[in-house]
Amino acid sequence: MFKRPQWVAFSAVTLAVLVLWNLPDRLAARVKIALGALFLPLFGLVGSAQHLAAEASRAVVPRAELERQLEALRRENLRLQLELTRAGAAFEENQRLRQLLAWRPAGPWQTRICSVLARDPEAWWQAIHIDAGARAGLRPGLPVVVPEGLIGRVDRVAPTTAEVVLLGDPRCRVAVVVRETGETGVLTTRSSGMGDPRLVDLTHLPRHLAVQPGQTVFTSGLGGVFPPGLPVGTVVDTRSVGYGLYSEARVRLYADPSRLREVIVLLP
Amino acid sequence: MNRARLILLLVLAYLAVFFQAAFDWPQRWLGGPISLLPPLMVCAALRLGLTEVTVLALCGGLWLDALSANPLGTSLLPLFLAGWGVWRWREALLRELDYAQLILGACASLAVPVLTLVLVLSKGAEPSLGWHTAWHLVVLTVGGAVCTPLLFRLLERLERLFVHPEIVAGSFRPDREIKRGRY
Repeated sequence: MFKRPQWVAFSAVTLAVLVLWNLPDRLAARVKIALGALFLPLFGLVGSAQHLAAEASRAVVPRAELERQLEALRRENLRLQLELTRAGAAFEENQRLRQLLAWRPAGPWQTRICSVLARDPEAWWQAIHIDAGARAGLRPGLPVVVPEGLIGRVDRVAPTTAEVVLLGDPRCRVAVVVRETGETGVLTTRSSGMGDPRLVDLTHLPRHLAVQPGQTVFTSGLGGVFPPGLPVGTVVDTRSVGYGLYSEARVRLYADPSRLREVIVLLP
Repeated sequence: MNRARLILLLVLAYLAVFFQAAFDWPQRWLGGPISLLPPLMVCAALRLGLTEVTVLALCGGLWLDALSANPLGTSLLPLFLAGWGVWRWREALLRELDYAQLILGACASLAVPVLTLVLVLSKGAEPSLGWHTAWHLVVLTVGGAVCTPLLFRLLERLERLFVHPEIVAGSFRPDREIKRGRY
């Protein structure tokens, strides 16, 4: 059935697969980073093109519209400055009280705003690539947020890029707490429904559930990966599973993983 | 093997992987991604040789795995099997017809992700699966089917632009020339 060239081709591909599958994890990660670096010029080109397009669109906006936006931004800036002053005072008070109680002081997180370069091309992984890496101080496990709330964590880090695993991917499990009831659970995978990609499952909830739809979910800080208090989403519905032995809920994320342009990495 | 054809094919594969990763509008509009590598593999298998199919599977698969969370090397075998299957029976296929290209593109676009998923699961990875995966497969299949005839035409046009036609040896032989003149 097979002629010699077909055997050679089959053997070459099978051998390549076997060799690649049996590479040590670190070497495989390095090969991936090296191969992924081949796409950096194109990602840079797309970034520049988007920047130019944004500049061009700004050039055709009427002056009156720009002045209106400027005024709105000035007002927002004033409001935010006031809030920042209040938050600073509250933070200092918090640190002072922690010292009085001999608690470990919670260090302030530094932020790094990053642009999204690409998404994982396979449909069954929820991940993105961002334009900052080890040279910018990123390392695996750092939390990634957007203004609406938590979005994921840094997974694989290259010198100038990093892969962020998004909420809903099985590799990104988050310990969370329902603010209104104080019940803790683990945010696991994307909900199996066909519709909203923002729906994720909240598991490991207690049997006698007090959680109601509409309640808010925050990170609990358990596990030490994510700082406590980051907003995650709201409870959509609850259900009893395992013949009533425990409960699960569906949570609608505040942040939309399908519409990410910029993300913020929290650096300790 | 024509090197220019192979280079053209690899450039298209590189761009196909890049577009799949960099542009998320199919995901937002259709609810699932569109992969151009299986349609490209069908085009390569119908128009070119086994060497090109093998090189495309190796390079395309590696590039795709580099940008995805798949274990490195997972996409190689499904791509190669799809290409080899089409290449093996291409003489029996009506490859110039759009309909045939459409069907082959659909089959390859369905088979490649399903086989890749099987390999990913067999490696012990935990991908995000559910009813949405079924919809993703539908989008991949239909998208791949529509893209195959378009890629076929694009490849033909690019070959006309960049690849020199092979020189066909004429039937003229100087040693058989009848020389006329005075004896």
